Amino acid sequence: MNSRERILGRVRRALADVPPDERPYEEAVPRDYLREHGKRTVEETVELLAENLADYRAIVHRADAEELPLLVMRLLAAHGSQEAVVPPELPPWWTAAADLVRIHDRAADTPQRLDRVGSVVTGCAVAIAETGTVVLDGSPDQGRRRISLVPDHHICVVRVPEQVVASVPQALERLDPTRPLTWISGPSATSDIELDRVEGVHGPRTLEVILLDG
Amino acid sequence: MSSTFVGMPAFPEAARAAVDDPTLRANLRHATHTIRAKRARAVAELADWAGLRAAGRRIKDHTLRHLDRYLEQLEASVTGAGGTVHWAADADEANRIVAGLVKETGESEVVKVKSMATQEIGLNEALEAEGIRAYETDLAELIVQLGKDRPSHILVPAIHRNRGEIRDIFAHEMAAWGRPAPENLTDTPADLAEAARLHLREKFLRAKVGISGANFMVAETGTLVVVESEGNGRMCLTLPETLISVVGIEKIVPTWRDLEVFLQTLPRSATAERMNPYTSTWTGTTDEDGPRAFHLVLLDNGRTDALADRVGRQALRCIRCSACLNVCPVYERAGGHAYGSVYPGPIGAILTPQLRGTASEIDASLPYASSLCGACYEVCPVAIDIPEVLVHLRERVVEGGPAVRRGNKVVLRPARGHAAERAAMRAAAWAFGHPSALRTGQRLASRSRRLHPRALPGPGRAWSGTRDLPAVPAEPFRDWWLRTRGGKDAK
Amino acid sequence: MRVALFLTCVNDALYPETGKAVVKLLTRLGVEVDFPMGQTCCGQAHYNTGYRHEAEPLARRFAEVFGEYEAVVTPSGSCGAMVRELYPRMGERARAEGRGDSLARTLAPVVPRTYELTEFLVDVLGVTDVGAWYPHTVTYHPTCHGLRGLGLGERPHRLLAAVRGLDLVELPGAEECCGFGGTFAVKNAAVSAAMGADKVRNAESTGAEVLCAADNSCLMHIGGTLSRLRAGVRPVHIAEILASTEEDPAL
Repeated sequence: MNSRERILGRVRRALADVPPDERPYEEAVPRDYLREHGKRTVEETVELLAENLADYRAIVHRADAEELPLLVMRLLAAHGSQEAVVPPELPPWWTAAADLVRIHDRAADTPQRLDRVGSVVTGCAVAIAETGTVVLDGSPDQGRRRISLVPDHHICVVRVPEQVVASVPQALERLDPTRPLTWISGPSATSDIELDRVEGVHGPRTLEVILLDG
Repeated sequence: MSSTFVGMPAFPEAARAAVDDPTLRANLRHATHTIRAKRARAVAELADWAGLRAAGRRIKDHTLRHLDRYLEQLEASVTGAGGTVHWAADADEANRIVAGLVKETGESEVVKVKSMATQEIGLNEALEAEGIRAYETDLAELIVQLGKDRPSHILVPAIHRNRGEIRDIFAHEMAAWGRPAPENLTDTPADLAEAARLHLREKFLRAKVGISGANFMVAETGTLVVVESEGNGRMCLTLPETLISVVGIEKIVPTWRDLEVFLQTLPRSATAERMNPYTSTWTGTTDEDGPRAFHLVLLDNGRTDALADRVGRQALRCIRCSACLNVCPVYERAGGHAYGSVYPGPIGAILTPQLRGTASEIDASLPYASSLCGACYEVCPVAIDIPEVLVHLRERVVEGGPAVRRGNKVVLRPARGHAAERAAMRAAAWAFGHPSALRTGQRLASRSRRLHPRALPGPGRAWSGTRDLPAVPAEPFRDWWLRTRGGKDAK
Repeated sequence: MRVALFLTCVNDALYPETGKAVVKLLTRLGVEVDFPMGQTCCGQAHYNTGYRHEAEPLARRFAEVFGEYEAVVTPSGSCGAMVRELYPRMGERARAEGRGDSLARTLAPVVPRTYELTEFLVDVLGVTDVGAWYPHTVTYHPTCHGLRGLGLGERPHRLLAAVRGLDLVELPGAEECCGFGGTFAVKNAAVSAAMGADKVRNAESTGAEVLCAADNSCLMHIGGTLSRLRAGVRPVHIAEILASTEEDPAL
């Protein structure tokens, strides 16, 4: 007998007390919880996102389409980045004002190469107000998972209000599980020393989120 | 489970040593009290916490009760998405599978995401024996690995270390494993985190094989989920060419939607955050993004034995948040090492004796490592009634009876060490069944009360070593009641 | 209303003053109290130590002795929780072991009619001011089974707050276990003692003269620790405070 059969056999014997006609999943799991916490206007939801992002030490900016290229330029310059990784379909106008070497996200690049790049600019798939989270799903304006990981400075542009949801349940509804997802809530952090939270470990130590008003 | 803990003394002896260690007591007190208050605030933010907790419990219960079906569904989904599924009945088999997979890549080192399952099976030691070096990359696991120490907490394995101790470990040990710690390293958490960043960076960038566990596996989609804070998880999950995930079979949830419950309850229960900094989900492999090969090793290693126990199986709902450890007054004073297992604290006290059995002295002592105060049950985000299972396992220890061990039905014998207690319990039960005998005993005690010491010799010292005995009254209540007709007559 | 006092075996033998206080208090509130002489022990220590089967005859005896009363009142959070929480579970377990419904059916009637003292006062009698006088500074330790098992909540505080002359001060870390835990106190004596010592330190830090609780088992442990550490705080059961009046004050 192989281990697959052995384990499944053990499971079935262990569950001999479970009646075959037990309630199906849909009935067995009550969903007595909220789809979102509290009622907010669209603008209030965006404000909550900004507040919660900042609470976990992300730096939050707001800009309209006209202001965005200058803001991105300013942020990259302030970080001292001459190079930035850009995903293949990042709208070119986002970085148009920056005097910048654009490192394109290519499969052939080694992690060591990425490690020499100062910044990365991406879009996102969805942002969650209640938790202060941006989610990347590897779409062409976000690129491979590693580009938002290895460089030390991540600028993430969220289109508001259309990419903002209030809650985790609403975010999962929008996301495609077959894509590799990265949920980001603030810069990398740890609670491993005396269970006290400090920011800045392996992921980008600076996370800047630009809320782009559409 | 890991051989690291073989030969551990029973819990009471190990705990006594910990209680007498003032540094350890201070470290644990500081850390657990910090996180307790934060967790309470994070949970209070959600008005529907009780509903989320009930849903989490029911999702897990339903999954466990139909685990065969969901395992097969998961296997099909992962395979369909480009992954390879392996089945490991026990620790040895899991270690053999992983070592074999690493060797196939031709690599001799791996980077690891913090994982309880690989701790449980002693994977690092098994790989070392095969000439493969495993680098722990979680900050706390790094502290434990560099310090040649053992983990003492599920979420924060180095919780027993304070910042000064961590500084010393980094300063002295990092050089032997790779990039040395910076000169003049201070003990501020930010500097210590920076030292870990620099030390591990080169290992991440050159790694070809990553090893992880998973917090959740979604049966319908084949998606795995890793919840973390530092970014070491993302490094291990995305930079290597090969990813091997070793996951307990109980980590399944049926649907993608089920994550909406646990991604709310886990971060708040674990690190007391609205959301942990990073959560990664992946489904098989993705073209030109992340590992080209993905292997999932499904681990039994005693889980089906626990599943066969109708009372004990609820322990398999555990999502490893550690809230029960942080709130436990016994854990706070005894520390994690006293539990003799990678699973310490209240959840460890019910999980370990089910995964390993109750044959050894330490495992038989674990169900008693609790005052049954119930704080663990109150904070558990999947409502595991830990006191109920503790009492159930106590019964197994003292009475023996039917159980399942490594898939086989067995009848356990009562533990030998409890013979005197069993006799005393039976005698007490007899006396309580015969009130007149009880009354005679009470009167004898009252009459001889002036002779009673306030401290006891011999085994009674367990009580009176630190506590005075109450004075025996001149007259038991029932005699007063009879004498005064329930107080109607004079006093 | 026919009310039975379930005093508990520990109180009967070691803390008769608590029993007398309950009788005095309930009588003052117009309740006729009976003390069925057949009562002994609820079986909690047996059950919690792993001797469920030895506890079963004790539970049956409890149901027989108290079955005819409209209410059973006990000045013990842990024994109250034993009846209310664990008797139903004992019945279920017997059923799951193929021993039929007999135990569950025998125990069922007493479960909803058993009340911890402060519950009975607040929920059944509907009083919070019981006319007590107790001119002391008091801090209250909510025992685990009262707090998390029975969910006594604010009831004891409301009762104490209404006592004339009583100055109620908050106990830091109140919700944390004192370390008694039945046989835990001897099986894990070192940890139990460390928990007790911390509880005593917290009690001392309040400056209270009296540490009050609704369970003498915990008070036996805390009191034994207080006495050994020569702390200036006295352990007193809440019933004795609520029974105390200007005419007939508690010592």
